[in-house]
Amino acid sequence: MAAAPHIEIRDLTMAYGEFVIQHDLNFVVNKGDIFVVMGGNGCGKTTLMRALIGLQRPARGTVFYSGEDFWNVPPEQQARLKRRLGIMFQGGALWSSLTLAENVALPLKEYTDLPARRIAGIVSFKLALVGLAGFEEFYPAELSGGMKKRAGLARAMALDPDILVIDEPSSGLDPLTARRLDDLILELRDSLGTTIVVITHELASILGIGTNSVFLDSENHTMINTGNPREAVVSGDARVRHFLTRGAA
Amino acid sequence: MVWVFRGILNLSLLHNNVEKKWRLDTRRIGDDLLEVSCAGRWCLDQNLPAAEITLAGAGDDLRRLSFNTAQLSAWDTGFLAFLRGLCKLCAERGLSIDQEGLPRGVRHLLAMAAAVPEQKGVRRGNGRQSLVSQVGAATVAFFRGVPEMLHFLGEITVSFGRLLSGRARFRLSDLWWEIEEVGPRAVAIVSVISFLVGLILAYLGADQLRLVGAQIFIADLVAIGMVREVGALMTGIIIAGRTGASFAAQLGTMQVNEEIDAFKTLGISPIDFLVLPRMLALILMVPLLTLYASFVGMLAGMLVSVAIFDIGMFEYYTETLRALEIKHFLVGLAKGSVYGAMVAYAGCLRGMQCGRSAESVGEAATSAVVTGILLITITASLMTIIFYRLGI
Repeated sequence: MAAAPHIEIRDLTMAYGEFVIQHDLNFVVNKGDIFVVMGGNGCGKTTLMRALIGLQRPARGTVFYSGEDFWNVPPEQQARLKRRLGIMFQGGALWSSLTLAENVALPLKEYTDLPARRIAGIVSFKLALVGLAGFEEFYPAELSGGMKKRAGLARAMALDPDILVIDEPSSGLDPLTARRLDDLILELRDSLGTTIVVITHELASILGIGTNSVFLDSENHTMINTGNPREAVVSGDARVRHFLTRGAA
Repeated sequence: MVWVFRGILNLSLLHNNVEKKWRLDTRRIGDDLLEVSCAGRWCLDQNLPAAEITLAGAGDDLRRLSFNTAQLSAWDTGFLAFLRGLCKLCAERGLSIDQEGLPRGVRHLLAMAAAVPEQKGVRRGNGRQSLVSQVGAATVAFFRGVPEMLHFLGEITVSFGRLLSGRARFRLSDLWWEIEEVGPRAVAIVSVISFLVGLILAYLGADQLRLVGAQIFIADLVAIGMVREVGALMTGIIIAGRTGASFAAQLGTMQVNEEIDAFKTLGISPIDFLVLPRMLALILMVPLLTLYASFVGMLAGMLVSVAIFDIGMFEYYTETLRALEIKHFLVGLAKGSVYGAMVAYAGCLRGMQCGRSAESVGEAATSAVVTGILLITITASLMTIIFYRLGI
């Protein structure tokens, strides 16, 4: 029997009261995918992310992680599933009263028995991976938006999660830093086998790192399966090509 | 010479009886090379060794390090953190490292971690300051804050000047909104606290006046006490906790969101637009709340006197009227206005001084309450002395 997909979204409908953001979303994310959720502003990308990570219960449907029904398991099981996820929020969402080192160390302190010295080494390595070596003792308020975002990624990677969910990784970053972050995402997938879900509308990232994707259509409030974005830009649905070519196609 | 270290965490029961532990061997090859063999599972859930253990016992003639990971079954960033520590150690001792024996992914991630070198001068020590240093720093910070407070006071004065000459730019709707927020919405809490304070005053007075058979003078004590001092003081303190903190949090959040910067870049004075309506609202509403608090306090005094100490209601009422003079009301109203201005000043000052983080908003709110109550206490003392000297 084939293994269950790493993530499966089944009949998912997201709504705020009567207002339906997206309905009948059905797609599968396989292990090792860099799965891009793309779409225009306000199409519901972040709302979908909130359903994926347990912040917003869907109006209908559910999400499966390795065959386990995330929204319908007991709270302890859901908490265990959540620990398999690493989340990078759009603005970093760093805890302002903690230094960068403390931000990254907190999940390690909470969920491992590692001694403080080893945690410090791991934190230092993860901050170096995102280009923030030496900034351990800085507070988030002392950093630029791009640095906060990178520190947010370091925190998301703290526990080496199976699945990384990344909201707008490269928006607001300079081109070189954005490229470095994209390279890091590819390397995490290749080296550690991490499954990565990227929520973005940045074309360079979509085409540069995506191996599979869905397009959330804001007109019909549902998805269009798009497969590999580099193929979709050539032979995909007209709305997707229009989006991926900035309206040229 | 061969050194062998073995992981102490044996997860065999958890992993289908497959032994899951790390193993570290070091072997000298030739005169100057140390081969480091990492086998087994090198993951975060293992009690991995410190990097220092690798070079323990290695002689001074060591020049190079190489790796053998043929028996490495699993790794994650725990292994990478170990290797990074080892790389740093080798750099300190001037040893060169041959990474060829490491898995490709490990080499790539180590390279990525080293790709952006640490910026010089960025790293900070996290040493604790001595008590003397902390006191010194706090004192310096306080005296540095005084000119800032005076500057803000000056800005508000200029802004009031613009208001009087009809050139201040703020929306009247904001003023009405603030008036509603600080006045009518504070009535409930002012009622409760003033009632209880009036009750306390009456009990306190009754206890002492009973000794000389002058319980009727409870009315004088409560009336003059509430109207001249306590009504204004309690209202000021309530407003400092309720409204001063709110002003600081509102303006602080606007600092965080760069809304105040947006006003400045448009050439609109944030003092006119944001501070002035808040100042006006409190200067206008606190005297009214003071008056109201005084009446509620007197009512509580009357209820206690009538119900507990057998003083007639009419008798109490007549004594209250006899005791009160118009000057007492004017003193209470003046104090209310000044306290209102102090609370607004403290709230707006701390809000405008707020940093750029969520934490600093909380600090601004706390500081606004502390500063507000401190200013109220200082001005209350000064005004009491001044009114006493003037015979009012």
